[in-house]
Amino acid sequence: MNKAETITINGKVVPLEGEKNLLSVIRKAGVEMPTFCYHSELSVYGACRLCIVDIEGRGIDTSCSTPPRAGMSIKTHTPKLRKMRKTLIELLLANHDTSCTSCDKSSACKLKDLAADLGVKEIPFKKTREPRKPDLLSPSLLRYPDKCVLCGDCVRYCNEIQGVGAIDFAYRGEDVVVTPAFNKSLAQVDCINCGQCAAVCPTGAIVPRSEIDDVWSALADESKTVVAQIAPAVRAALGEMFNMPASSVTLGKIMAALKYIGFKEVYDTSFGADLTVMEETNEYLERRRAGDNKTMFTSCCPGWVKYAEQFHPDLIPQLSSCMSPQGMVGSLSKKLLSQTEGKSEKDIVMVSIMPCTAKKFEKDREELSRDGSPLVDYVLTTQELGKMIKEAGIVFEDIAPAAADLPFGLYSEAGLGFGATAGVSEAVARYASRALNNQELSSYEPVTNEDFPFWKEAIIDEDNVKIRIAVVAGLGNTEKLIEKINAREVSYDLVEVMACPDGCVAGAGQPVSYDHGIADKRKTALKNAGKITPIHCPEDNPYIQRIYEKMLGSKPGSHEAHELVHTKYQSRKRIDNDSMELAVTDHEAPVEINVCVGTSCFLRGSQDILSGMTAKIDQEGWKDRINLKATFCSENCSHGPTVTVGEKKMHKTSLDSVVAEVEEQLGLVTSRK
Amino acid sequence: MATPTMTAEKLHNFSKVCEILDRFDRLPSKIIPILQAVQEEYRYLPEEILTFVATSLGISPARVFGIATFYSHFSLEPKGKYIIKVCDGTACHVKGSSGLIETIQRELKLSEKEHTTPDLLFTLETVSCLGACGLAPAVVINDKVYGQVSNKQMSELIAEYKAMEA
Repeated sequence: MNKAETITINGKVVPLEGEKNLLSVIRKAGVEMPTFCYHSELSVYGACRLCIVDIEGRGIDTSCSTPPRAGMSIKTHTPKLRKMRKTLIELLLANHDTSCTSCDKSSACKLKDLAADLGVKEIPFKKTREPRKPDLLSPSLLRYPDKCVLCGDCVRYCNEIQGVGAIDFAYRGEDVVVTPAFNKSLAQVDCINCGQCAAVCPTGAIVPRSEIDDVWSALADESKTVVAQIAPAVRAALGEMFNMPASSVTLGKIMAALKYIGFKEVYDTSFGADLTVMEETNEYLERRRAGDNKTMFTSCCPGWVKYAEQFHPDLIPQLSSCMSPQGMVGSLSKKLLSQTEGKSEKDIVMVSIMPCTAKKFEKDREELSRDGSPLVDYVLTTQELGKMIKEAGIVFEDIAPAAADLPFGLYSEAGLGFGATAGVSEAVARYASRALNNQELSSYEPVTNEDFPFWKEAIIDEDNVKIRIAVVAGLGNTEKLIEKINAREVSYDLVEVMACPDGCVAGAGQPVSYDHGIADKRKTALKNAGKITPIHCPEDNPYIQRIYEKMLGSKPGSHEAHELVHTKYQSRKRIDNDSMELAVTDHEAPVEINVCVGTSCFLRGSQDILSGMTAKIDQEGWKDRINLKATFCSENCSHGPTVTVGEKKMHKTSLDSVVAEVEEQLGLVTSRK
Repeated sequence: MATPTMTAEKLHNFSKVCEILDRFDRLPSKIIPILQAVQEEYRYLPEEILTFVATSLGISPARVFGIATFYSHFSLEPKGKYIIKVCDGTACHVKGSSGLIETIQRELKLSEKEHTTPDLLFTLETVSCLGACGLAPAVVINDKVYGQVSNKQMSELIAEYKAMEA
């Protein structure tokens, strides 16, 4: 071997194979090197200093940020380095909230493991900070700033991979904290609840919100019928919590465990996925038939849906109107159970078991409720299910399998495929081919776009099926795709979006794993589960047919289907409370006027409306009857200037049209009407 | 209840933000000078203006908040009309600046935690060195420098400013 291509690690010669940093070479050489702030998919930060090495002739430096150079000789675990690492951990623990026994991350905390591995016996430093308040408002994620080690993994993930930037570092020195803007809660900012911040967090500083206690209470309530549904990706990962290989976790075992826990009926969300395939394909074809040639986006991922609502409200009409599979199963099963059980839908409790933290947010959406009661009551993550199984004293390895309940327990391979990227689009493409060409699609292999390596595409052109499909995961990549679609550099008929890279199998509700290959392992497990599924196509699922006949008007896209399994979306502001009060009255029943002064509306003249309105208020003496506020983006940019007067939202306004509306609402011009 | 003049002032200020953004070509890389200009205009960085600036520049509000809290020059709290900066550098400290700080806190009912009077007239800040050690202890009120200030003079100065506003 050429000497120029090697380095020496602890006396052992190791070849260089194009690694970008010393850390990768060290790990390749089989040396364990602790890190908090290094993730190969994120930018190098070099803050935690745990990966320090002694480089001959150069001294001590971080291996994550040092490029390997041929001929280097490094040592990784000298007494000095070990002592330095131990001191680093001691310093991190000084102000740390060490309530480890009751911490959600206890079983997978890197800080706790490292403290033990490095032999930290006591913390020689005093606490120097007042305790900080946790942020407990978000339906999906809880933040405990006193458990943060400031590695910034969450900040970089949110910025670099998701392009959201809901959290960032603030203040400085000892006061540095990772926080949403203005110390608001995650619930009040543009967080999309994907939870990947929690997935990369080495400690318990950000964790998924647990609903275990609520579910136990519901199960104990005899007036309720408590049922469950389980998402495709859950079965591919649950075994990790019991040290079982993924292949040995069958749906049957999970069903049996859920029954043991006390769920009356147990369904499979894959049934909802089957239904989604039928409805979504039909919706797509209907749109084309109606002459709508715009790109249609999938809507099963709640992280993506919220992202679109916040950042691309103009795309809302292009989102598939299909409810997510969890919503569909919730909607149909509650309706059916209320009949068979003779109970009000309010007394049927649906618990979804999901690989996802954003599903917790989704269940609270107003659109996913009927007569004031939610279609899904609680969402448990895969992690929470594992914990419940342990709490219930079930020996999961030994439990005998049970069957899912019908009709919502039977599913096809296509529906199960929703658990990983490309699954949704593949199912739609194949179904379209069977429906329009009366034959199977020859193949479905999305390939990376040649010019833009941020997404994959499948260009299908077989007889009557001509669909250009893009498959994208990660919202940073999605943003790039939307940009290119808007710039007309690319065009697609259907875009499948998953907020989490690799799709649901790598959702933030899955068991914590620091293994980089874990997503692939779960994908394989899911594929294998699909292979042994006797039904391959959604339309061959006899219970899908039966439900269509019984509840959904016998065909996709029917009026009944729209009532029960389609939904709506809403334009969302990125940040709460961002209006600026210009003239506020304490009059009892004032008319409130909100003038959008976001960039686009500003350019279209919203400021003239504001100043004109202020003058008018003075002139007419309306100041007791009107609240005038400036808002910072009502997300209707293409229809600006946007003004709301009372309940009425007005687009493309002028001063005259606003004044006319105000006069009408003040009851001044009823005669002119 | 808002008076028409306040409304006019707010509107004026809002158009100022837009002017500031345009002056810096709405470049994200100019965020610091933009925030400086905003603070000069408003005497602090109001939340809604920061959100507006962030949205206009395509930066996340969380990052702008991070920048605004990193530099001690920036303030997210409204500051008083008169900003009293007491130099607490070595020379001024030795010459009795802590007495001045106590005097100001007593006169204006301020504390370690309260730096601004509720009427938004005065803000007390301590600075590390004004580079005017020959004048120790030195105090700057807005842009006016006062040298070799005694506790008594400090009380008189505050009274003077109060009288101006009365």
